[in-house]
Amino acid sequence: MDVSRPCGIFDTTYSRDIAVVPTKTHWAWLIGGITLSFLIPPFLSIPWLSWVIETSVVIVAVLGLYFVTGLCGQISIGQAGFMAVGAYSTVILMNQFAFSYWLALPISALITGMVVLIFGIPSLRVKGFYLAMATLSSQFLIMWLITHPPFDRWTGGDDGLTTPAPTMKGIVFDSYQSWFFVVMIFMWLMIFFAKNIGRTRVGRAFVAIRDSDLAAEVLGINVFGYKLTAFFLAGIYAGIAGSLFAPYIIRFSPTNFNFEKSIWYLGMLIVGGSGSVVGAILGVVFIRLLLHLTTIFGPSIHPIPFVGPLLANYLGGLVFGLVIIFFLIFEPRGLNHRWVIFKAWYRLHPFSY
Amino acid sequence: MDFFFQMVLSGVMLGSIYSLVALGFVIIYKSSGVINFAQGHLLALGALILWTFLMKLGLPLWMGGLLAILSMAFLGVIVEHLTIHPMTGQPLMAVIVMTIGLAAFLASLMPCVFGAVEQAYPPIFPKGGMKIWRLIISYEYFGGFLAALGMVSIFLYFFRYTKLGLLMRAVADGHDSARSCGIKVEVIFRWSWAIAAVSAMIGGFLLGNIESVSPAMASIGMRIFPVVILGGLNSITGCIIAGPIVGVLELLAAGYGDPITRGGAGDVMPYIIILLTLIFKPHGIFGEEEIERI
Repeated sequence: MDVSRPCGIFDTTYSRDIAVVPTKTHWAWLIGGITLSFLIPPFLSIPWLSWVIETSVVIVAVLGLYFVTGLCGQISIGQAGFMAVGAYSTVILMNQFAFSYWLALPISALITGMVVLIFGIPSLRVKGFYLAMATLSSQFLIMWLITHPPFDRWTGGDDGLTTPAPTMKGIVFDSYQSWFFVVMIFMWLMIFFAKNIGRTRVGRAFVAIRDSDLAAEVLGINVFGYKLTAFFLAGIYAGIAGSLFAPYIIRFSPTNFNFEKSIWYLGMLIVGGSGSVVGAILGVVFIRLLLHLTTIFGPSIHPIPFVGPLLANYLGGLVFGLVIIFFLIFEPRGLNHRWVIFKAWYRLHPFSY
Repeated sequence: MDFFFQMVLSGVMLGSIYSLVALGFVIIYKSSGVINFAQGHLLALGALILWTFLMKLGLPLWMGGLLAILSMAFLGVIVEHLTIHPMTGQPLMAVIVMTIGLAAFLASLMPCVFGAVEQAYPPIFPKGGMKIWRLIISYEYFGGFLAALGMVSIFLYFFRYTKLGLLMRAVADGHDSARSCGIKVEVIFRWSWAIAAVSAMIGGFLLGNIESVSPAMASIGMRIFPVVILGGLNSITGCIIAGPIVGVLELLAAGYGDPITRGGAGDVMPYIIILLTLIFKPHGIFGEEEIERI
């Protein structure tokens, strides 16, 4: 039985049937949620505010992964590297060419998209593991290019770069409180685009390629073109995430975008449920919450003899690995599936059907 | 010119160790179709377990080696049973991500158990080196080369002439046909993981002799990816030949590129090899192109 609508709601028109937000209650929840998300800064301590900002940035990056891995089915293990391209090009445009941040952001997003397109070229002939290797190589290659000649003249090599504070009409965005709003606005915009691109012709072509690329090609879908489109979208999202990340962290270096981060982003998408926007968001929030908790409770296991101090250092990685393994075994459809089950239960309650 | 030949010779010897580790990867892939991202972490884990037996417990090499081989084989079986076996019937992507998760877990587990500092094995090969023509080969490289060569030969013999090797080749050929002949396919999967873990451990031991032993060795284990991509994912011959090629290119890049790029050219070379291979010859030198049907 279809429980995607609350009881007693009947879709009497087609436009209503395909609406993203079907009922007035949904609208109320959505608008209320978005409004609330903008009201939280005064209630948060600085560490938690920092956590919220970084989580929002990571949501944007993982939404990029959602296109290429979730919808199009091409494993990408280089999202952090692509994010680095966005962050570095933003700051270099601002420092070397005196661009304003608001101009540098879209340009660096386009640059990142182009860079990712180059690394997407192997998808012409390969898929699956081979493509995963291509993106993995791109991660290491980008990191290497950033830290070595000739590019280290602009990127600062291993030392990294300092981001000048963006300004807009006299407002200087130099604190978490102010930057929070910019990140939030961009996050909701990117969620909006991601949700809608998934429902267009392009999104349906992605899903067709994911489910069977041969069948998609037989149907007349330009598989290579759409794969590149997916990579380009992932690049745009990574670029924007990188651009948003730079003024938040202020001083960054290649370690902020290392291989481990790429794996984490992929893991967040998988834990959330790769084929849905809600899943991507849930996955990011869930894993980052766990991580934050390990950093909070890490010191408390420090006194345990022998293993304590080391365990505290590596607790995050241990938990992350275990969470991925457990989710793949026990809930391969991710947190999103649990959310769907919960919604169905809520709508049917107290009857079981 | 001496420098060039010196690099080529050392590269061949280093690469033969890569071949040995990559062999384990190819064995798993051929028998069960699983892509093992954690092979590099198994390498580091094996090297650290052997180090514990040799240095912490002070066992002699033959005994520590035997114990390490047994424990790695056991660990390989456990890992297969706990993480890969439940994934039967899941799409390829889920299995790949599973091994990535396993790699992330092992990467954090190893420093907790063994500590994150760099350790050294007791000196097994004599210090110094020998001179052939005008080239100098250190005994560590030469010993590693001989041992890797020996292990690869043992594996080849094993696949060609033993009953278990025959069963494994049958499973690699086709799961259903192997099952219909009464072969327990799941048991063969476990054997392939045990063999892969042991080959990783021996590779880790040989590499640990050349450099040092630490959990960070897992990143050296990433060198097997260019080897398997260049050689072809399902080809043992390809993996034996591609290992030395990758080793030579890596050392040549390090030798000639490092002064220009201020270091790191050798580290990035494997990834350039991967990208170029994927663009120009996606299935490697000896790999078979899969023919798909809807």
